[in-house]
Amino acid sequence: MNLSLAGFQDAFISALYGKDPESLPVLTEQSGFLVYRNTVMKGASDALLANFPTVERLVGTEWLQAAAARYVRQFPPTDARLLNYGKGFPDFLDAFEHARDLPYLGNVARIDLLWNEAHGAKDEPALDVTAFAAIEPELLASVRLKLRATARWKWFAEQPAYTLWRCNREQIDVPAELDWVSEGVLISRSTTFIAWYPLSIGECAFLDACAANLPLEDAAEYATRAEPELDLMNMLSRLIAANVFAAQ
Amino acid sequence: MKTSQKMGAGLGLKAEHYEHALDCTASGLWFEVHPENYMVDGGPRLAWLEAIGSQHPLSLHGVSLSLAADCPPDMAHLQRLKVLADRVQPTLMSEHLAWSTWRGQYHPDLMPFPRSHEALQRIVDNIDCTQNILGRRIAIENPTHYLKLDGHDWSELDFLTELSDRTGCGLLLDVNNVFISAHNQDFNAAGYLDAFPAHAVMEIHLAGHTPDPGDSSLLIDSHDSPVSDAVWSLYQRLIKRIGPRPTLIERDDQIPAFDELIIERNRAQSVLDTHRHLQRETA
Repeated sequence: MNLSLAGFQDAFISALYGKDPESLPVLTEQSGFLVYRNTVMKGASDALLANFPTVERLVGTEWLQAAAARYVRQFPPTDARLLNYGKGFPDFLDAFEHARDLPYLGNVARIDLLWNEAHGAKDEPALDVTAFAAIEPELLASVRLKLRATARWKWFAEQPAYTLWRCNREQIDVPAELDWVSEGVLISRSTTFIAWYPLSIGECAFLDACAANLPLEDAAEYATRAEPELDLMNMLSRLIAANVFAAQ
Repeated sequence: MKTSQKMGAGLGLKAEHYEHALDCTASGLWFEVHPENYMVDGGPRLAWLEAIGSQHPLSLHGVSLSLAADCPPDMAHLQRLKVLADRVQPTLMSEHLAWSTWRGQYHPDLMPFPRSHEALQRIVDNIDCTQNILGRRIAIENPTHYLKLDGHDWSELDFLTELSDRTGCGLLLDVNNVFISAHNQDFNAAGYLDAFPAHAVMEIHLAGHTPDPGDSSLLIDSHDSPVSDAVWSLYQRLIKRIGPRPTLIERDDQIPAFDELIIERNRAQSVLDTHRHLQRETA
């Protein structure tokens, strides 16, 4: 075996993933090679299970490990920050043949991703209700509310993804008579505490507009267009209380 | 600049032990983490590390710089490591004599390579680059071996010594890795430790191992059990020869209560204390 260092590393990886049975037979025939193969696969798979705890509660550890094993082979980590591993896992679950009976699984995984993103996002002071109340009334329409990186939200059309996620996350029973309706979710972190809330379609539209740096007046218009009966003041107090906005 | 003088026996920091770690006042106690788990922009994880770092010395022990890969270190990753180090001001920083990132993919393990002249030059360059960017000395850990490789131009001891001589890096001596590798590759662990360059040792690791659950006779570096008696004996022999060095008990799986880990850590502390007193008496 007179390989260059790069040649050795190419051959080792190829053998590790079983892509080339002829790669480094002098190594793959040793039982020690399995130790590396198992450790690599387990390391990535364990990271995936840690990043999608609600999916694990829904489908069980064994099922998720089997799905993770396929995902890891198809999409090995590209970043050593395994906390971020699995960005493509929701899409994978959407297309996964063994998850056809669980069409909401990908969206539950998406909410786990939002939770992870909020958990490690940048700390910045939140806009409190006093500061918001102090904004001059004539300036209110043109104020651009900045969202904290710790606030993540998403709308799920035609699926009660939030209820399914929340019940599994909080380990409570899913309602027997679950309405199969669209739902939105807001995940927001204060300094150390992560909270989750249901979000209406108008509220989602409002947050999308704020994230696009639109002034309050335009954001409110988007919100009421999406949901004509939306109570704007009630929404604003709810969102401020949820620490969604950054201090101005 | 913090120094490692006051670092006695430390523990790998686990999220379930944050509160205990913050409150524990054991003399010489310090904590080690994998920096990869704290490369976030903010939030509770980082806040805990900063709080614990304000009470105890910290060590950042990387698992992914992939210094033995035949390419320069990932600059974005190295920059993130520097940002974290600037933020938490660790007393020690270390990495492994191994590779894990290759052609844009991260394979979470510490993989072996032939210790060739080519590899030596590449790793010297990579350590130089790392130390320049971090602006500090790092320690390089001897890995666990499970495979017999061809193509070695250097013994591991000579390779590590050469790396240290050429780059000024320190060494992290993992006694459990030596014990496992000696078993798996049929060499004498005590002989290896007796020849290890004492002056370069910045830190020592101790951990538990288990027999391969498969059908091989290999020992696995599982970090899921207490340190074995054989490894304790080797550790005592080592400290007797080289004097006290910051020593870490690693436990990454089957994690017991904090108090149980502290008892194990106290055993290492008492070995260090004994030899510190002996050194004073003979000074």
